[in-house]
Amino acid sequence: MIAEAGLIALWLAAGLALLQLALGGIGLKAGRTDLLQAIRPVAVAQGGLVTLSFLLLIWLFLRSDMSVALVVKNSASVKPFLYKFAGTWGNHEGSMLLWVTVMGLAGAMIALFERNLKTATLVTTLAAQAFISLGFYAFLLISSNPFERMFPVPADGQGLNPLLQDPGLAFHPPTLYFGYVGLSVAFSFAVGAMITRDVGPAFARAMRPWVLGAWIFLTLGITAGSYWAYYELGWGGWWFWDPVENASLMPWLAATALLHSVTVLATRDGLRAWTVMLAVVAFSMSMIGTFLVRSGILTSVHAFAVDPERGSFILALLAIYIGGAMALFALRIGTVKEGSKFELVSREGALVANNLLLSAILGIVFIGTLYPLFVEAITDEKLSVGPPYFNLAAGPITLLLVAIMAAGPLLKWRRDNPKKLLNRLSIPILVTAAAVFLLVLLTTSMSVMSLLAMGLAAGIALASFAPLWKRNLRRTPMHVYGMVIAHFGIAVALVGMASESSFTEEKLVAAQPGTEIEINRWNLKFEAIEPLAGPNWTALEARISARYDGGETVEITPQNRMFASAQTQTSEAALLTRWNGQLYVVLGEGDSEGRWQIRTWWKPFVTLIWYGGILVALGGLLAVVGRLRRSRRQRLQREYAEVMV
Amino acid sequence: MKAKHQRLTLALLALVALIGAGLLAAFALRDQASYFYTPSDIVAKKPEAGQAIRLGGMVEVGSIKRDADGVTVNFIVQDGDARQAVSYTGITPDLFVEGSGVVADGSLTADGQFVAETLLAKHDENYVPRELEGIDMTGTPQATGTLIE
Repeated sequence: MIAEAGLIALWLAAGLALLQLALGGIGLKAGRTDLLQAIRPVAVAQGGLVTLSFLLLIWLFLRSDMSVALVVKNSASVKPFLYKFAGTWGNHEGSMLLWVTVMGLAGAMIALFERNLKTATLVTTLAAQAFISLGFYAFLLISSNPFERMFPVPADGQGLNPLLQDPGLAFHPPTLYFGYVGLSVAFSFAVGAMITRDVGPAFARAMRPWVLGAWIFLTLGITAGSYWAYYELGWGGWWFWDPVENASLMPWLAATALLHSVTVLATRDGLRAWTVMLAVVAFSMSMIGTFLVRSGILTSVHAFAVDPERGSFILALLAIYIGGAMALFALRIGTVKEGSKFELVSREGALVANNLLLSAILGIVFIGTLYPLFVEAITDEKLSVGPPYFNLAAGPITLLLVAIMAAGPLLKWRRDNPKKLLNRLSIPILVTAAAVFLLVLLTTSMSVMSLLAMGLAAGIALASFAPLWKRNLRRTPMHVYGMVIAHFGIAVALVGMASESSFTEEKLVAAQPGTEIEINRWNLKFEAIEPLAGPNWTALEARISARYDGGETVEITPQNRMFASAQTQTSEAALLTRWNGQLYVVLGEGDSEGRWQIRTWWKPFVTLIWYGGILVALGGLLAVVGRLRRSRRQRLQREYAEVMV
Repeated sequence: MKAKHQRLTLALLALVALIGAGLLAAFALRDQASYFYTPSDIVAKKPEAGQAIRLGGMVEVGSIKRDADGVTVNFIVQDGDARQAVSYTGITPDLFVEGSGVVADGSLTADGQFVAETLLAKHDENYVPRELEGIDMTGTPQATGTLIE
């Protein structure tokens, strides 16, 4: 009965989304305020019903209800609790239901909490949101019903892809989906503002928390995904330029550009058309990302199932939403008045540069990701575009971008003096130069890119705190702290990346019990190899004692796991984290002479990459909290003033 | 600066940035995109030694041989029509077995040996690298049926 209840809730939610769209459309056309009033409760009810439907699906997974096809295909009754739970969205149908659930919740939140926007714009936004949701409801109900029953009921399920049986899976996809869906809200706001011709600071301020929120989730999602690939795939790399990684990076790049341009619109009423355009592009990238991952057209560990029907459905949705928004943009943008003006050397100028460079990087990633598909479709020739392309093309632009990042926050709005800017930047520039000089002197293995990255990171780390210089620290608004921390986080991540690519040491040996491996200042002793059994896997585990620089001995245990349900192996790397880096040990195969392949890496300061990502997200969090508190305070003051009059 | 001038400057800057990015992308693509070859493709149009290519096919049954150092593996990739000798130093992927699909990134040496830098094997029984679809696998008895769902 639970499956049927879930399906009914899903149908009802879809019906309410249709009603939400109709109320908005008819209400605006006929100018009926009573209809406009009704849209808020409808949006809240829609959010509630779709959430109920998703909760029921989780319940089915937790109970291992093997009469439901989706549970059979993606779960097994012996699976640990966490993975039964996470298995709910570790598959196509469940993840689409999660997507539409988050959209429904976002719509409900707008309906409940948005108080600053004009009614017409708010209603149009909610109607646009309902329109997008309807596409996904149709998708779920027509071609990917998660609640489908299965007859006859099998004794047990087929289990989850063992690569995905990892705590990372429990949080990585939903985090990214929150980001994707947050961008859909920004998109709905942009459509609403275009239809009601209300593109201005008020619209920008209403949209900003959603952009920031989406961006925080994308940042965390990408950071977590990178760390997951790093320790779970056992290749020692943290970013592979895999199309699925790019699918999450592209919306992030667009969202980063958008959150900077939306600030210009909110503060200075400039970059109106550009900001609307970016909101459309950012959501397009989310949809393209979903399409790439869900359609299975890519060569990738993520593309589990090749199913053309689903791919075409998402492609059709993509064409309708993006095509529609672009057409609306073309029709309406002429009527959006030009915003206020500024000089080239100004805060706005730096933000425009930021936007252009981010767009350029986005273009490069986009071309590199889709070019092979394009070539194959036309010439049937197969081709792969890998890290050398992306590093060569996007690397220099990224360095230019982070250099401008140091300057931007030190510029005044509207107009500034270039000489004064140089003065303000003199110390960071000196630090950068000194760092590059020292690195050239002291190291031998660094590439030009890594040298520049490391040097710039030193300068930026300093420059990112410059906006706090001579300010009353207690009265500095929270969003300024947010910016400082986010920019500092970029510098931290940059140090980690440059260090990892320049100073990583690697050793590969065929070891017998008793063999010692020396890497950097580590001494590893291969003690023994032992069999081991987990809840749904068996493993071979190597016992290795590791000592750093003659210090205390720590035991590490890399494993090779065999999963019973899927006849699949995964290797579990052993990691030892120290303040100055990470030791990474992988166990390979054994041979007939009793030797085992052991691959070890010492990666100095590699963890800074992910700490940097976390700092960036933390900066975003401070900014969004600061902005929300400030707008609430201003609204209360305004209402108070109205009452007093 | 007048409003029109400002728009023009911005538009020009945007154009320059776009063209620059486009050129950079085109240049990098021409240089760095690696083409996918099956062993038959290598016979038909041999790529230059040292050029980065991606080789895909099936690991021939009985061909995997490990060197005395214990970390280098030699094997033969075949696609039903042609065979290519491959050598790889490193830990082989979890599902690297004879009769199974493999995709290798690397380059040919002057004497025709393919030296792989990375190896990708299928990750589970449902997953096949996209490039391997449509390759005739009948020559490998273990590989029938379960590879493509």
